[in-house]
Amino acid sequence: MNSPFFALLRRDIKLGMRQSGEWVNPLAFFVMVITLVPLAVSPTPALLAQVGPGILWIAALLSVLLAMDSLFRQDFDDGSLEQLLLIPSPLPLLVMAKVLAHWLLTGLSLTLLSPLMAVLLNLPLSVVPVLMLTLLMGTLTLSLISAIAAALTVGLRRGGVLVTLISLPLHIPVLIFATAAVQANIDGLPIIGFLALLAAFLLIALVLAPFAAAASLRLAIAGGE
Amino acid sequence: MHIIARWWDAFQRTVGPRHFYEMTKSWLPWFAGIALVMTSIGLTWGLLFAPPDYQQGNSFRIIYIHVPSASIAMSGYLMLAVCAVISLVWRVKTAEMAAQAAAPVGALFCLMALVTGGIWGKPTWGTYWVWDARLTSMLILLFLYIGVIALQHAFDEAAQAAKASAILALVGVINLPIIKYSVDWWNTLHQGATFKLTEKPAMPVEMWVPLLISIIGLYAFFSWVVIWRTRHIILRRERRSRWVKELLRQSL
Repeated sequence: MNSPFFALLRRDIKLGMRQSGEWVNPLAFFVMVITLVPLAVSPTPALLAQVGPGILWIAALLSVLLAMDSLFRQDFDDGSLEQLLLIPSPLPLLVMAKVLAHWLLTGLSLTLLSPLMAVLLNLPLSVVPVLMLTLLMGTLTLSLISAIAAALTVGLRRGGVLVTLISLPLHIPVLIFATAAVQANIDGLPIIGFLALLAAFLLIALVLAPFAAAASLRLAIAGGE
Repeated sequence: MHIIARWWDAFQRTVGPRHFYEMTKSWLPWFAGIALVMTSIGLTWGLLFAPPDYQQGNSFRIIYIHVPSASIAMSGYLMLAVCAVISLVWRVKTAEMAAQAAAPVGALFCLMALVTGGIWGKPTWGTYWVWDARLTSMLILLFLYIGVIALQHAFDEAAQAAKASAILALVGVINLPIIKYSVDWWNTLHQGATFKLTEKPAMPVEMWVPLLISIIGLYAFFSWVVIWRTRHIILRRERRSRWVKELLRQSL
C-alpha cells in the first residue's frame, strides 16, 4: 500500500478534499445545468421524462470536462509534475492514480447525486440503478479520455476551452450508449448489450488512455525537441 | 544489416526537411498541372455533358464535387495519423510539418463535403440536414479536425505543437471506427430508416468516368496545396538554418 501509485492516490484525494471547490463546483454546475432545462424547454413532466436521460448525461459530461482542466494544472504550476516524472515508477500508472483520485471526487460524487436529479427530471425511480451504473462506468471513461486532453494542454495558459474542444468528439460513443441504455430501461427493453459496450469502452480507455496521457505529459515537461 | 543501415540513412536524408524542400520543387508544377487539367475535364464533363439522372434529374451533378471532397476529407485525416506515427516513432520532422500543412486543407474539404451534401439534400430529401449516420459522422470528423488545428495553433513552440497534435491525431484515429460504429448504431436505434440514400442505379459509364477524373484531379489539387504549404512551413521552421538563409539571400 506504500507504492507510488497508492501514495499518489492518497495525496490527490487528500488535496482534493481540502480544496472543496475542486469537487463541489462541478457538482453545483451539474445541478445548475439540469435546472436550466425545465426553465428553457418546458416544465411538462411527460416531456422532461422523455428528454431526461439525455439532459442528465449532457450535464454530467460537461461537468466532467469542466473539472478536468485542473487535473494536472496545479501540479504543473508548482513543479510537482516534474517530480512525478522522476519517480522510478511507470508514468502511465501514476497518471492512472491521478485520474482515479480525480474521478473519485468528481465522477463518483456526480453518480451519487444523480438519483436526486432523476427525480427532478421526473424519471421513473426504477431507472435509477441503471442510470447510476452508466454514470459509474461512463464518467470514468470520460475522465480517462479527457485526461489525455488535459495532459496535452497542461503547459498552456488558456487550456480550458481547448480541453473541451479536443475531447468532446471523443466522448460521443459513451454518450450514445449510456443514454441508449437508460432509455431502453425506461421502455422495458434489454440493456445488457449497452452496458457491455460501455464496459468495453471503459476497458479500452483504461488500457490506452494512461499511455497517451503520459506521453503528452512528457511532451509538456520536456518540450518538443 | 549493413545494407539496411545504409538504406535507412539514405531514407532519413531523403525525408529531411532540406531534401524534401529541394526534391518537391520540381513536383509542384506536375501536381498543379494534373489538378488543373483533370479537374477541368472532370467537372466540365460531369456538370455539362453527363446524362441527367433518371430520378434526380440534374441535381445529382453535385456528386462530382461532393464525393471527391468527402473522400479527401477522410484520407486527409488518415494522412494526419500516418504522419503522426512517422513523426513520433522515427522523429521525422518533415512528417510533422506535412501534418501541420494538411490539417486545415482536410478540414476545408470536410466542410465542403458537408455543405455540398446539404445542398444536394434539399432537392432529393426535401431538407438540408438530416441526422443520418453518414452526415453525423462526417460532422464529427470535422470536429476532430478542428481539435487538431486548435491544438496546432495553441503552442508558441512549433515542435511542441506538432508533437501534441500528432498524439491527438493518433487518439482520434483510434476513436474514429468506434465513433463511426456508434453513430451507425445510434441512427438505427433512434429513427429507423427515415431517409436512406436511394439505391444507386448502377452508374452508366458516362457518369462514373467524369467522377473518377474529378476525384483524381481533386486529389492532385489536395496534394499540390499540401506540398506547397509544407514547403512554406519548412522555410519558416528552418529559417535559422544555413541553407534557408542561403536560399533567401539568393532569391533577394
